[in-house]
Amino acid sequence: MDAATAILLTIVTAATPLLLAALGELVTERSGVLNLGVEGMMVMGAVAGFGAGLLSGNPYLGILAAILAGMAMALLFGFLTLTLVTNQVATGLSLTLLGLGLSGLLGESFVGEPGVRLPKWLGIDILIPVSFILVAAVSYVLFRTKIGLVIRAVGDSHASAHALGYRVILVRYACVLFGGACSGLAGGYLSLAYTPQWVENMTAGRGWIALALVVFSSWLPWRVVVGAYLFGAVYILAYTVQTFALGIPSQLLLSLPYIATILALVLISASQRLTRSNAPACLGQPFVPDR
Amino acid sequence: MPLVLEKRAERSTRMALLSPVIAIALTLITGAVLFAIRGIDPLHGLYVYFVEPLTLMWSVEQLIVKATPLVLIGVGLAVCYTANVWNIGAEGQFTMGAIFGGMIPVLFPAWQSPLTLITMLLFGIAGGMGWAAIPAWLKTRFNANEILTSLMLVYVAQLLLDWLVRGPWRDPQGFNFPKTITFDGWQLLPMLSGSIHLGALFALVAALILAFVMARMLKGFEIRVSGNAPRAGRFAGFSRPRTIMFCFLLSGGLAGLAGITEVASVVAQLQPQISPGYGFTAIIVAFLGRLNPIGAIFAGLMLALSYLGGEAAQVSLGLSDRIAKVFQGILLFYILACDTLILYRFRWLKTQVSATVQPAE
Repeated sequence: MDAATAILLTIVTAATPLLLAALGELVTERSGVLNLGVEGMMVMGAVAGFGAGLLSGNPYLGILAAILAGMAMALLFGFLTLTLVTNQVATGLSLTLLGLGLSGLLGESFVGEPGVRLPKWLGIDILIPVSFILVAAVSYVLFRTKIGLVIRAVGDSHASAHALGYRVILVRYACVLFGGACSGLAGGYLSLAYTPQWVENMTAGRGWIALALVVFSSWLPWRVVVGAYLFGAVYILAYTVQTFALGIPSQLLLSLPYIATILALVLISASQRLTRSNAPACLGQPFVPDR
Repeated sequence: MPLVLEKRAERSTRMALLSPVIAIALTLITGAVLFAIRGIDPLHGLYVYFVEPLTLMWSVEQLIVKATPLVLIGVGLAVCYTANVWNIGAEGQFTMGAIFGGMIPVLFPAWQSPLTLITMLLFGIAGGMGWAAIPAWLKTRFNANEILTSLMLVYVAQLLLDWLVRGPWRDPQGFNFPKTITFDGWQLLPMLSGSIHLGALFALVAALILAFVMARMLKGFEIRVSGNAPRAGRFAGFSRPRTIMFCFLLSGGLAGLAGITEVASVVAQLQPQISPGYGFTAIIVAFLGRLNPIGAIFAGLMLALSYLGGEAAQVSLGLSDRIAKVFQGILLFYILACDTLILYRFRWLKTQVSATVQPAE
């Protein structure tokens, strides 16, 4: 493997958790639900994945646990925002706060444990091809099938979808759970493949960056890939420059992904054409059917 | 589905006041269950966590000391969220307040006069305001989502503090520990009583002023209209960008004041860790306090108790103090869930009705 391939591979590795989480959130938002709890679901996926992998010795069980943990958190969010029609922004925030607190408590005994690593297939993590298949599948389902049409209809006009007889709340539950599964998987990837260990708050804002990526991609799956890889490159750039010790403070390099997120948001948001045309019209709006 | 939500004819004021009480009760019940799972007598656990800290003079003082930053930040956030402006980066504005205010004693260690303290406080407020102005400007100028930008700036501020205390601002006599010189004299806030410092007064005054502004002044009305009925606000000639900027500067300034207050008292120096997440916990303070500045005082005390209880649980029950964060998260969930009852009520749908009308959900 030559140097260029190696660098490309590390970028892909760093980008995959962002890609997975952003893809899940994209589907959630397409159905009109804004779940700001990605960071919380991701960190719970990370701790559950690490714990299950460590206790069972089987990394695949770890991945399964990560997905289930993400979904459990998403179900909690769904119950509040969809059944009890709570404020989505506030509920998402509280999901993140709870996830960070709970994972810290649950993971206390895992700190410093070696953990298990997800085996590589043909030199790459299996979740990398999985992420590509997911992008293709999401893109196909959203834009080429009736299911996708219903999801987008629910996200763009829940009143019309309801009037046509579609079960708005049920569709949204399914999309929120899919988002939770993807975020959990992204967290599991971090603690089982990217850095196979448990560190408190190990997601370090990646859930929030994934949220920004959804805006950056203007709600289109293939653009999420582009955004995620750009950010993967920023992460790798920060780590690579650090090892050369050029006298640049490591803190400045570590802050690059966050600064890049702000810049990306500004560039995209300034263009009305990109943000308005694809943003689901009912994003963040609660729905209670009239009776 | 037989049990459905039905919109109330009007907002229930009774539920708005009852909801936090129910939420706290549910949190206590959940706590009892958690203690029982860990093999701790639930009543003893709840007593150690939520009651014992209130029985000693020393810990009541600690309660007020911990509530001080929470209330200072929480009242600002309450105003923001009332206006539907989502500043969730108060932790970063707190950090910048600490950095800017802490700059004075670090760069001029020999300057000792009442003016030193006043300058520190003003710099702290300016630091928080400046940091909060960034997401506000990006929102009003480029329409960039303020939730994400304000949160990203938290990480940047914390990394900046980390670099300063490990690099240029490190105490030369500090045996290479990542910390600045220790503040003393006029670089610290005067004490009011015991371990309670002047910051507690700042928090009280800020809450009272904001309560007056929100209830009695045009600015408060403008903020409430801008949040509840933005269209009506536009017709009334209230500028949305101005409201966004005002809310960010106000909450950022208060968070900055909280930051410098904390490092000019409890911490007494700059170091990588200056807050156990006060800026995030203050979000819960704002909601538990009904987005009302006076409510935020009580909510701040309640959440300060959750921090103290966490420490008590660690000492007496052998639990991790991380349990405090879990209780705080659960509490916010319960508040949000209970708040549903302000606008809606539950009603059993008669089977006959559901058989003929067939509600979709």
